[in-house]
Amino acid sequence: MNSPQTPGVVPHRLNGGRIAANFSDAQLPFDQHEARVAADRCYFCYDAPCIAACPTEIDIPLFIRQILAGNPEVAAKTIWDANIFGGACARVCPTEQLCEGSCVREVAEGKPVEIGRLQRYATDAGMATNTHPYARAPSTGRRIAVVGAGPAGLSCAHRLAMHGHDVVVFDRRLKPGGLNEYGIAAYKVPHDFAQAEVDWLLRIGGIELRMGVELGRDMSIDQLRQDFDAVFLGIGLQGVNALRAPGEDKGEVRDAVEFIAGLRQAQDKGAIPIGRSVVVIGGGMTAIDAAVQSKALGAENVTIVYRRDQSQMSASGYEQDHAKHVGVRIVHEAAPVEIRGNGVAHEVQFAYTETTPEGLRISDNGFRLEADQVFKAIGQTLGVLPDGMSAMGGKIDPTSLPAGVWVGGDCAPGGQDLTVTAAAQGRDAAEAIHAALMGRN
Amino acid sequence: MANLATNFIGIRSPNPFWLASAPPTDKEYNVRRAYEAGWGGVVWKTLGSEGPPVVNVNGPRYGVIYGADRRVMGINNIELITDRPLEVNLREIKSVKRDYPDRALIISLMVPCDEDSWKSILARIEDTGADGVELNFGCPHGMAERGMGSAVGQVPEYIEMVTRWVKTHSRMPCIVKLTPNISDIRKPAEAAKRGGADAVSLINTINSITSVDLDDFAPEPKIDGKGTHGGYCGPAVKPIALNMVAEIARSPETRGLPISGIGGVTTWRDAAEFMALGAGSVQVCTAAMTYGFKIVEEMITGLSAYMDRKGFTSVDQLVGRAVPNVTDWQFLNLNYVTKARIDQDLCISCGRCFAACEDTSHQAIAINPGRVFTVKDEECVACNLCVDVCPVQDCITMVELPKGTMDPRTGIVVGDYANWTTHPNNPMARAAE
Repeated sequence: MNSPQTPGVVPHRLNGGRIAANFSDAQLPFDQHEARVAADRCYFCYDAPCIAACPTEIDIPLFIRQILAGNPEVAAKTIWDANIFGGACARVCPTEQLCEGSCVREVAEGKPVEIGRLQRYATDAGMATNTHPYARAPSTGRRIAVVGAGPAGLSCAHRLAMHGHDVVVFDRRLKPGGLNEYGIAAYKVPHDFAQAEVDWLLRIGGIELRMGVELGRDMSIDQLRQDFDAVFLGIGLQGVNALRAPGEDKGEVRDAVEFIAGLRQAQDKGAIPIGRSVVVIGGGMTAIDAAVQSKALGAENVTIVYRRDQSQMSASGYEQDHAKHVGVRIVHEAAPVEIRGNGVAHEVQFAYTETTPEGLRISDNGFRLEADQVFKAIGQTLGVLPDGMSAMGGKIDPTSLPAGVWVGGDCAPGGQDLTVTAAAQGRDAAEAIHAALMGRN
Repeated sequence: MANLATNFIGIRSPNPFWLASAPPTDKEYNVRRAYEAGWGGVVWKTLGSEGPPVVNVNGPRYGVIYGADRRVMGINNIELITDRPLEVNLREIKSVKRDYPDRALIISLMVPCDEDSWKSILARIEDTGADGVELNFGCPHGMAERGMGSAVGQVPEYIEMVTRWVKTHSRMPCIVKLTPNISDIRKPAEAAKRGGADAVSLINTINSITSVDLDDFAPEPKIDGKGTHGGYCGPAVKPIALNMVAEIARSPETRGLPISGIGGVTTWRDAAEFMALGAGSVQVCTAAMTYGFKIVEEMITGLSAYMDRKGFTSVDQLVGRAVPNVTDWQFLNLNYVTKARIDQDLCISCGRCFAACEDTSHQAIAINPGRVFTVKDEECVACNLCVDVCPVQDCITMVELPKGTMDPRTGIVVGDYANWTTHPNNPMARAAE
């Protein structure tokens, strides 16, 4: 049995009980009474700002009022009408930047209606009925290919199936769910929630999953265009940015997304080796998820280092506070200049940065951090694009899409790389496809 | 600290807060503890005739209306008068009164509607040392089916008759407790006064069904699948009670008749409002049943602090102070013109004022870019609904248009006091002299 102080990168730094506790629900769900009290705080605003702040435009005041009136499963239907991933979004949305950030009670008292937790209460109640609330329209005879079984692809597939189309969803991974299954910290979606949600979503029928199939390797866009009436691409961001610092190739310098995905799929999380000292480079949710889970595995020292100031971090304030609460140190305005070590990482040399009108400047001053492991969380990239398409601003350029092909989710412009924007874009693409196929605008 | 000592029809108590006749005043154990907690007086739960006592149901006696946090907004009950033997109650009353001579102790009574029954019970209670009697002409459930309670209180002639019997056969101060389940509260009050009552107390509970079980399709509270109407009380009934108290306080026929105010008193402020409308004492039940006897401490300290702020040294300076300002609609000043004003610094842009005004009122609130809400003076009739639904205190206020300015809605210049009685649209208008 190891301890947090054991040198190197080793498994089992904490006992099984501690590990289980660290990976259980970060925030306990509301019970019925808590939900009603929380729901009663909603003012049922006219043309509510929270709706406008939600990328899927869930009718939040209505679903909260349905909870208050004792009908959480009716509330769930209101949520799913706008966002079939309402359950996942309730868990992972940066609500303080979206609905709760615009709640008038946030403006008035700094204490918004707890929309995220209420949404979880409603969707949990809805899923607990063990029924699927949507039925398919009569078959249209149209077949649509969806590439990517993440939130964008499945949101699109569900809406298309509802309209009576037959859908085939392709994904290179072995399990559906996309980032909900592979990209979100385990403690945010315990009890295999992501798979349960996908199973529930698929109960609408008319959606066939073909897993382990990769675009470009096993099939081409042109082939899909021939075989199907329409194609939706929700392929996400498959590449990761490089540090471009010497030593990046040393052992134990890893992509945070890969670490997070491994944790999600691990049956025995304690068996995952983790460093005594872990350094995470980045300022987004991925950095937070990697750092918090390093701590949860028993790393003694975990430091997030972000090159700009705190206000620029894309991780929500709530997430940052949570990381600090579990003992993660967050250092701002420092960039890695070299990773040192004999074969494997041993320490990282950082230089302080300054924000100047010309951009970020690396200063001569810096510091060293001991690091048995270095996780890179500095953003994801499109990776290899499908044939004939071009990128613009790091996303697929919609004007480069061939006829009959739609795009949505993290690979498409207009979103914030969030589950909720992916769900919105998938849904809207489905409506556009439906209109195009059925001759309506 | 202001002196809260109260002298109500000769009955003295250290403060005006009495526990109403109800389960909290059912027995010696409760009443002693209530006095120890600080209650100024107690109206002992209603006694009936000698002989086998009434029986209560053995299922739920209460139904409830909740706010979202299970805050008790109103309770109804189907409990009857005391179900303990008369002799036991009388022995306990005597014992308690002997030990607490400075506290008010009134005995509530309800016996069949014949003179002998009343004469007989009055003889039994004369030597308890109690300060007075309260005639329960109010209970709307159970006993009313047997010709007592509100069955008496709904017939002014019966009220007058029984009150006269009581005043004939007893020297004790007599309070008549009125039922609100009538159309004009002044009639039973007038009858009580004609019968010689020293005071009235009101309101008793309101006929009610609190809710319906939508699985069993039965009213609550539910006894073996059936329910019956019960008496409603608590914060929800206060506005009804305040109006009935004020009606008696300002009616020429009953003006000056002492009133003990009852109906949803929960805090000092509720009590002060009843007193300002003419109540010389207040009676409390639901608040005590919800929170326990200790709540009287808040009432005592709160009323005292209020009186200090106002410079009142005696509760007499508060009692009835608002009565002159209760009037008929026809005497309200139609030349008092106000307009809603929204304080943009306080506004949190929820838009409830807009929804209320646009959908259900006078379309007098505009929504401007950036969710800025403003009042259209040319449409605003000053109904106050926006103020009522605004979640932020003092964000929307009603501002009076000074005399001589033009109301942009009507185009009429604000003039001197004028009411409906002389308004040109009133076919019954009397020409101004």
